[in-house]
Amino acid sequence: MANQQIIVSLLVNNHFGVLTRISGLFSRRCFNIESLTVGETENSKISRMTIVTYGDEYVKDQIVKQLSKQVDVKTVQIMDPANTVVRELVIVKIASKKSERTEILEAVNAFRANVIDFSTNSISVELTGEISKIDAFIEYVSSYGIIEMCRTGSTAIGRNGYCLTEKKKTIKGGK
Amino acid sequence: MKLSGAAILIEVLAEQGVDTVFGYPGGMVLNIYDQLYKNSHRVRHIITCHEQGATHAADGYARVTGKAGVVIATSGPGATNLVTGIANAYLDSIPLIAITGNVATDFLGRDSFQEVDITGITMPITKHNYIVKDITELADTLREAFAVATSGRPGPVLVDIPKDIQLAETNFVPISKKAAVAKSAIDEDALKEAIQLISAAKRPFIYAGGGVVSSDASKKLLEFANKIDAPIGSSMMGLSAVPWNEPRALGMVGMHGRYAATRAIADCDLIIAVGVRFSDRATGNKVSFAHGHKVLHIDIDPAEISKNIPAYTGLIGDVKQVLQILCKRLPQFTHKTWHAEIVKLKDHVDNNLQMAKSRLTPQSIIERINEFMPKDGIVATDVGQHQMWTAQYYKFSTPRTFITSGGLGTMGFGMGSAMGACIGKNKKRTVLFTSDGSFHMNLNELATAVTNELPLIIVVLNNCVLGMVRQWQTLFFNKRYSNTTMNRCTNFAGLADNFGAKGFSVKTKKELDLVLEEAFKYTTPVLIDCKIDSDEKVLPMIPPNGSIKDIILR
Ligand SMILES: Cc1ncc(C[n+]2csc(CCOP(=O)(O)OP(=O)(O)O)c2C)c(N)n1
Ligand SMILES: [Mg+2]
Repeated sequence: MANQQIIVSLLVNNHFGVLTRISGLFSRRCFNIESLTVGETENSKISRMTIVTYGDEYVKDQIVKQLSKQVDVKTVQIMDPANTVVRELVIVKIASKKSERTEILEAVNAFRANVIDFSTNSISVELTGEISKIDAFIEYVSSYGIIEMCRTGSTAIGRNGYCLTEKKKTIKGGK
Repeated sequence: MKLSGAAILIEVLAEQGVDTVFGYPGGMVLNIYDQLYKNSHRVRHIITCHEQGATHAADGYARVTGKAGVVIATSGPGATNLVTGIANAYLDSIPLIAITGNVATDFLGRDSFQEVDITGITMPITKHNYIVKDITELADTLREAFAVATSGRPGPVLVDIPKDIQLAETNFVPISKKAAVAKSAIDEDALKEAIQLISAAKRPFIYAGGGVVSSDASKKLLEFANKIDAPIGSSMMGLSAVPWNEPRALGMVGMHGRYAATRAIADCDLIIAVGVRFSDRATGNKVSFAHGHKVLHIDIDPAEISKNIPAYTGLIGDVKQVLQILCKRLPQFTHKTWHAEIVKLKDHVDNNLQMAKSRLTPQSIIERINEFMPKDGIVATDVGQHQMWTAQYYKFSTPRTFITSGGLGTMGFGMGSAMGACIGKNKKRTVLFTSDGSFHMNLNELATAVTNELPLIIVVLNNCVLGMVRQWQTLFFNKRYSNTTMNRCTNFAGLADNFGAKGFSVKTKKELDLVLEEAFKYTTPVLIDCKIDSDEKVLPMIPPNGSIKDIILR
């Protein structure tokens, strides 16, 4: 079966060490991590993680099952792409000669990015969007020269009634 | 009542029904040991020679009793010495509680004397672990540790307690041990599918593993086998689940399994895997193994379903509970042709490989000792050829009597685990089959066995080589015996004597008979050094990643 992008959302105990547990689990089970984000939820005892990974059906199945076994994991959900909003934030510091500045600003406008710093030699821009949009923006501005850049990794939330609730470790065996 | 952290630990141990712990003291557990001193009438502490021995002892104790084994060690080197034992318990799903001391919380993270990040180190080899930094959380953390270790698929849990937490005081509220969590219901759709699969099968095969032992489901398994008229093969961990003389039992499946068992699992049309995880040592090549039959996988751990071998249907739940339901709902089946085939397989010469009768062979030693052993006597092993020979030739009749390192294959497991098992069963007669390599690793524990006057017979199947590795070198490396011929001069019998045990040495079958008569009169440790040929082989053998087609019989 072909590899596909998988977005896993988790509710976990907001303890120290939980991040290590989860990332350690991924590395020792040979699941790759494209990106991992984590932050507190409306309940300060619970954190939410969003992990973007790639894999086939086997990997997907094992990711859910192995994560569900973790004592600190409350909920595991493979996000349904059709029903999920995914966002990532990037900050790019673009090298800009005076002559290129207008061009760059046009791109910033077209992508609906924001300028957050403006200097003689560079422009820093923030952009939020889906992974593909971020990729496209980075590709576009790379011709000017990217001095440095940081991406946060994706975070995701289900639409409307599609929510993560605690203690929903739904697991079934077989195929 | 206001108690110190160290005192709370003892209270929770008592509350959880722990009467015996294994361990080794040190600077960062002094307070705990002080409490053990004061509470020796409630919790007995067995001091070993090395923390590794203590972990293996706690592991062996857990295997025979079904209760969690407990081991205590100091910070730093004490804690790191537990690592192999914890990994061993993890891979064999043994309930184990490891308690470590650590430096005081304000010394943590500064490379203080004997500080190691033991929760970090053991994260991948524990079911879960904790470091307690708040005294008010200690009691509940310990209780949770027991619950995690013993529920679902059992496993090791480590609790790291910094020194200041052991000293700090808090109000302790005793509770009576929580009733076991109600077993969750079995998925009805999966049950129906399973029943359909079993009903459609013409050649069903039951593949039983350690889960049958740990859920105490041996009787149910036999009832189930009778109901569906199927033969039973076992993984090594499942060997003691089925009595050797049960006509349906074909013995061990896999790399060094019985011909009949490995043949039948290849020829069946439905594998009913019960509490077993399809280790590569059992399946060989996964592609050919999975070919030609469906798999119905029954296990308490959902993650095992389709992890190694794709399951057609997975039934998640306690093995005993699932078998109970299946027995109730299934009609009686008979599979005459399949049965006849199995009978033939069992009688096939390849299934009954015998070692030479003239020499003192591993087979003759194991079979002879078997005759002296009580039916429910405990058999422990180290790791290597002697372990496989024990699995092949010892006639197990009682569950929880075979104590061996399955998943990790830990040389040096034998001494510690044999002691722990023996103690767990109130000094039941115990025999340890080991060999020169493994025994050299942890023979220090002879001292512990002597001090505790354990009725332990240590049988060294002494081939003067790392036999298992040598066998691979013979077969696959053109006899280049790199570092497996040890040329050591250890006089094992004399060594035993000097530890305060009784040592014997035998070269012939006659000598063995005479020695055994005497050895079994002892109720304290005895060692029998049995000289065997360096080139005895474990057969049959399926080369790694092979299949039944590649079986080496002679
Ligand atoms: C701690 C450890 N180190 C190395 C090995 C690899 N190993 C597996 S079997 C074996 C040889 C065992 O020799 P011995 O204990 O003498 O048993 P024999 O095979 O001779 O019966 C070795 C080195 C292991 N399983 N465990
Ligand atoms: Mg040897």
